[in-house]
Amino acid sequence: MKRTLFNLFALIMVLSLMLTACGGGAAVETETPVVDAPATDAPVAVTDAPPAAAEEITVTIGFTASQTGAQEVSSKRQVNGFNLWMNQVNEAGGLTLSDGTVVKFASQSYDDESTKERVQELYTRLITEDNADFLISPYSSGLTAAAAVIAEQNGKLMITTGAADDDTYKQGYTGVFQLYTPGSLYLTSTVDMLKTLDPAAKIAIVHESDKFSTSVVNGLQPYAESQGFEIVLVEPYASDTPDFGPIINKIVDSGATVVLGGGHYPDGSTFARQLFDRNIGIQFIGILVAPPDSKFSELGDAALGVTGPSQWEGKATHTEAEANALGIEWFGPSGEEFSAAFEAAYGDKPTYHAAGGYTAGLLLERAIRNADSVDSEAVKAALDAMNLFTFYGGIKFDTSAEAHGLQIGHSMVVIQWQKNDAGELVREVVWPADVATKDPIFPISAP
Amino acid sequence: MQQINLLLASLPDGILLGFVYGVAAMGLTLIWGVMNVINLSHGPIIALGMFGTYLIFNKLGVNPYLGLFLVAPIGLLLGILIYTVAVHRVINAPHLSSLLATFSVNMIIIGLGTAVFTTSPYNVDFNMGSVSLGSTTLLGTRLIAALAAIIATGSLYLFLYRTRPGKYIRAVANNRAAAELMGVPSSRILALSFGLGTMLAAISGALIATFFPFSILSGGSYELKSFVIGVLGGLGNPVGALVGGLALGVLEAVVPAFMETSWVPVIEFGLFILVLLVRPNGLFGAKQ
Repeated sequence: MKRTLFNLFALIMVLSLMLTACGGGAAVETETPVVDAPATDAPVAVTDAPPAAAEEITVTIGFTASQTGAQEVSSKRQVNGFNLWMNQVNEAGGLTLSDGTVVKFASQSYDDESTKERVQELYTRLITEDNADFLISPYSSGLTAAAAVIAEQNGKLMITTGAADDDTYKQGYTGVFQLYTPGSLYLTSTVDMLKTLDPAAKIAIVHESDKFSTSVVNGLQPYAESQGFEIVLVEPYASDTPDFGPIINKIVDSGATVVLGGGHYPDGSTFARQLFDRNIGIQFIGILVAPPDSKFSELGDAALGVTGPSQWEGKATHTEAEANALGIEWFGPSGEEFSAAFEAAYGDKPTYHAAGGYTAGLLLERAIRNADSVDSEAVKAALDAMNLFTFYGGIKFDTSAEAHGLQIGHSMVVIQWQKNDAGELVREVVWPADVATKDPIFPISAP
Repeated sequence: MQQINLLLASLPDGILLGFVYGVAAMGLTLIWGVMNVINLSHGPIIALGMFGTYLIFNKLGVNPYLGLFLVAPIGLLLGILIYTVAVHRVINAPHLSSLLATFSVNMIIIGLGTAVFTTSPYNVDFNMGSVSLGSTTLLGTRLIAALAAIIATGSLYLFLYRTRPGKYIRAVANNRAAAELMGVPSSRILALSFGLGTMLAAISGALIATFFPFSILSGGSYELKSFVIGVLGGLGNPVGALVGGLALGVLEAVVPAFMETSWVPVIEFGLFILVLLVRPNGLFGAKQ
């Protein structure tokens, strides 16, 4: 009886946890709405001063943040970036439309616990109960895909950031606009760099089996092969994989000299750590998402030499001169101004996740200015017509029926963890060569 | 041939990891075996063990293995505290009561842990080098963890079979009423058993932290493995739990040699259900 009860319970536990795993990460339950409003010095004036008797309206921007669960690290940075933009705009007096209306912004957000189920529930709440005027995506492609369905069904316009998967923008949606370079292009610049370092490299692709990482690999594999590289291993792994030992043995067995792949922060950092621990003589490691995060340096020597694609880097920020040379409209603060304001507000250097959050707000601001209205249809038309350059880089959307909202104006850089003269780990831009701050370490040194 | 090479390369890893799984499972099955309580706070306590190593190594600069001598007694005391506060009053109530009590403790620990540590991954930047044997690379941290797991198992075995409190625990597990009639202080023995189970969970977490990054939510997957091992191995039988852990570790190492790694949970839990159907008493004939 005793044994049967234990077995029955164990069976229920296993089945329920497997179902949970299929749906996303585990997390702590909380429904407290979050309004994150850090004080900033607002060094960047982005708006005109409002006239004295102007009507003031408040536009509510809704989003969920992964305050707990697998996406916490990157999501928090993204939200910090967005809040910085909102505070700066509001502290500068808001936006003034041509009819004198002053537009100010408020945010409404909840903890989505890094799960799709919570995202769908909470975005429905944001739209129907909180009456959000515009939406920003959660962090990660999987969560954004879940949110985009709700936004589209309810006719709400959503700016996505931290969501690179291509598929979401190929569903026929008309109100979802992507800020990030699409996933299928995430590692192509890394392949370009590799071609200059070792055109005969043998590549092992080891990736998280989620929406985003699969999308990256779908773009990476044919591109690498078209560049003459031999792909010797393609190995997906579950998001919560703690032990990469068997996979690393497969890498050794495949004869690979280069490892590309990863997924998100938790698995990417775990994979990098175990590659280092096993010292298998890999010459080049390119991992998604985790390396561009400043937390990655906590791995110590395991971080050294690891590269990753980055949507934006403070050391290679885009400039107004670059925009002028391209003949594209420039908007917003410089990269230095953004970085200084972010550090003043949060005491940490901004990563590309933070820059993405900030630029999502900046993009909405520019669209409202161009539309001279907060009407959703007018703002959508302004986004469709947008061809903009900011410190984050180019922003332009595909307007075709097949891939409406897909980002087509933004390019990425490749970073690598190196040591400075003081022996500290620092993130250097190593590709493209014209914006690189250091030459890449290749092959990466053995520990 | 390629699969055989992979198998040979991965098998030692699986065995070493299996020892640590075994220690985690021992904690769960000991508590169940002695007092019929399914301890749902097992996972978070494993995570606390991980953070114990993190704090001891990163903040105090103490070797993680020396840190075990701090983590273990804290785990024991924490278990006694949990038993006293949350379990003792419902020990004779229907199973659902103790289940809910330990689930509440689980939520409290995760909530507090999230508030203190957030759910961000943490890393113990500790390396003991590696030993290469042909195609196999054995990590120093895993070798020592396996050794520590064997020592913990042996110590528990000696404690249960060679000491008076250990014999009391076995007596209470067999027949609590009879043990009380013989003068065994059952309440204290139950508290000690819960403490020992919690201590083993904390030790396994402390060892795992030396080779995997972790967060406050990481204990959940090891709790799940402990349930599987509980079915494979023996209830209240430390050696059975250790063998069950080894079986699971080997399975996780062997499957990727023949198919994609993402198939591991499918095979693992498919086998688990098969064992439930065919040998509900476990593969290793666990004691009642």
